[in-house]
Amino acid sequence: MGMVTMNELHKYGRTKFIMPGTAACPGCPLQIGMRQLAMALDGKFVMVIPAGCSSVIPGSAPYTAYTVPVLHVPFASSPAVASGIVRAVRQRGNNGPVVVWAGDGATADIGFATLSGAAYRNEDILYIMADNEAYMNTGIQASGTTPWMAWTTTSPRGKTEDKKDVALIMLMHKVPYVATASIAYPMDFIDKVRRAMQVKGFKFIHLHAPCPPGWKMDDAYTIRAARLAVETGAWILWEYNQGKLTISPPSLPYKDKSRRKPLEEYIKIQGRFAHLKPEDIKIMEEKIDRQWDLILKLAEIFK
Amino acid sequence: MSVAEKLRGGLLLSTPAEGAGGRTGTWRVYRPVINYSKCTKCGICWLYCLRMLLSGLRIRTSGLTMTIARAVEYARMFALLRLLTWLRRGGWCE
Amino acid sequence: MSRQISLARQVRKVLVGDHAVAEAVKLARVNVVSAYPITPQTLIVERISEMIEKGELKADYVRVESEFAALATVYGAAAGGARAFTATSSHGLFYMYEMLWWAAASRVPFVMAVVTRVVGPPWNIHDEHTDLLAIRDSGWIIGMAQNVQEAFDMTLTAFKISEDERVLLPVAVGLDGFILSHTAEPPLDVPSQEDVDAWLPPRNPRIPYTIEPGGEAITMGNLPGNDVYHALLKKYMDESMESAKKVIAEVYDEYAKLTGRRYGPLTECYRCSDAKYLAISMGAWSGDIMNAVDRLRDEGYPIGLLRIRYVRPFPEEDVTGWINGMKGVIVFDRDYSAGMGGGVLASEVSGFVPSNVSFEGVLAGIGGFDVSSDEFKAIMKEFIDKVEREGQVRIRKYWYIPKIER
Repeated sequence: MGMVTMNELHKYGRTKFIMPGTAACPGCPLQIGMRQLAMALDGKFVMVIPAGCSSVIPGSAPYTAYTVPVLHVPFASSPAVASGIVRAVRQRGNNGPVVVWAGDGATADIGFATLSGAAYRNEDILYIMADNEAYMNTGIQASGTTPWMAWTTTSPRGKTEDKKDVALIMLMHKVPYVATASIAYPMDFIDKVRRAMQVKGFKFIHLHAPCPPGWKMDDAYTIRAARLAVETGAWILWEYNQGKLTISPPSLPYKDKSRRKPLEEYIKIQGRFAHLKPEDIKIMEEKIDRQWDLILKLAEIFK
Repeated sequence: MSVAEKLRGGLLLSTPAEGAGGRTGTWRVYRPVINYSKCTKCGICWLYCLRMLLSGLRIRTSGLTMTIARAVEYARMFALLRLLTWLRRGGWCE
Repeated sequence: MSRQISLARQVRKVLVGDHAVAEAVKLARVNVVSAYPITPQTLIVERISEMIEKGELKADYVRVESEFAALATVYGAAAGGARAFTATSSHGLFYMYEMLWWAAASRVPFVMAVVTRVVGPPWNIHDEHTDLLAIRDSGWIIGMAQNVQEAFDMTLTAFKISEDERVLLPVAVGLDGFILSHTAEPPLDVPSQEDVDAWLPPRNPRIPYTIEPGGEAITMGNLPGNDVYHALLKKYMDESMESAKKVIAEVYDEYAKLTGRRYGPLTECYRCSDAKYLAISMGAWSGDIMNAVDRLRDEGYPIGLLRIRYVRPFPEEDVTGWINGMKGVIVFDRDYSAGMGGGVLASEVSGFVPSNVSFEGVLAGIGGFDVSSDEFKAIMKEFIDKVEREGQVRIRKYWYIPKIER
């Protein structure tokens, strides 16, 4: 399957995958990501959504902004519910995509057991973890994927723990497809979703989604922050597809440390890191270097 | 009416519609502005566009048919029309 | 239960309670089964996975990592249009708690067997009804079987009740842990697959709705535009519970024609027509209480037993109907509601007992200890004697604790 092109996406110019007039905050990354997902799947899929921003964004009954069949489910249950749906529809010969669209809290924390269960059973579902790095819907509380030293309402002096690397944990579940993506690189994300859908079994995509209110930054900085995360090397885009792990094209230049933008550029636009001292940023840089070492070594191993 | 019909009748099940998050109208706080001196017509901004504001506009990677500026003008005109209608109905007396 | 001539050919099988439930699940041609091991439920899903492995049942068995996931999986399968089944006990049931409410309010039909067991601590695997009764407000239809044959019949009928357009609520089938689950009683009458197929056709996945790729763009569960919608949904649930009483009666009526076994349907009253005193109970020990009633009758005590088959919908009409004209009511509870007047059943029934009727709630068998027919007889006899002696007796809770030798 070739890479997606802008020309190909033109046909969606008039398609409202998400109806206008939602309840999202200005600059919300989740709608951006969800729309890209809908383009990748041509709008024909089922979404299972646990508690989180995405259960509020579609607005209120009897209407919804989502244009695909959606089942809203309790916080921890989405991978298990999706397993049930996929078993039921496959029995009737329906091979359409069943997608879990979940936040970082539902994935890395409360729903981790059901996620692990569905992954090890290799259920035929696509799991998108839209990671805005905290419990934003309840008002910015630290989650398992909140980065080290980030301010949240439950980590007022900065979080003391490191970000949980869910994508690598999923890789160790030996599922056929795991990738990281970013809303700032839509073509890369759409390609990954499409490649994932070629594979039967459990597919996991960790989608980086900067949240303006939660990261204490300007509403207009969503894409800028997501892009800077990649350009500074803080967020590495990689893809594991049935035994082969590769660094994705947008992240390729940043293998070389000298080509990465200074980390300060990414840090300084986020109010949640305002309290960071220069030595903290240094430690952060070291963490990023170690993460790159690890991913590059894994790319060597899964050649 | 059976239980199944009652549940379908809009209480348990929702269907897609515009403005499900509230009647937001045609106003907005920010409007996209294109810097034509920098624009390479790649169209990627359309993929990021939050509220599908640019949807319905034809953006091609080759050839300049980008009519975003015009669309913004239309939107302003529409807002003005609504304001006039509101005034005609004696909106401020309510 | 009474017997009549059945239309169906039936086979006699000797099965323990758990295996009888599995047999019913097989005959119902369930599509998706998901469960997590817990004693004393485990025999059900062990047998079902055997059936699937042997090809006797064409279904997906999803080996999940917890009861919460088990319920979530069958809920998803039911929302995806499948006929689904799960089973659990005590701690497992409580681990499902959030999903129980979500599943019921989503109005998708499916069935769960609850093999009742004590809730810890201390760890205790014996029989108590507290677990099953703790879910009574969640919107599930809840039945409780008296014997292995009834556990089988109740499971099979549960699918028909749950999927009825007038009901659309999940059904929990209770059976006493070990007393029924691990005990083979007199042989079980099992109808043939053809007869069950004719009576219970495959589930219509469109009722009430299906979540499937490429399907209708419906959303279940986003915020209500007005909180009154939520109130209306609860009111619909209430109406469905009311119509479930009628549906349960209809389904057992059809079932009686098929198998010859006629049940209550919501309750069964044993030697009640000329009784002056009424005992009330549910579950397996009702057999022992019936035995005690017989022996008290021999001694001239005018007592009958009202056995509750369905706790939800609560058989209010039956209960008030039978209490009417009685001198005294004694309720046996194998469950305990802390901080309330004693047993759950006693609390529920006491609201329907007029103030001039004597009442006693008995807490017995808590923690799973056996209560013999002799003990029931003594408790009931004491109650009747006391009422006859003192005129009016109101005892909300009487802890029946036998002496133990250390």
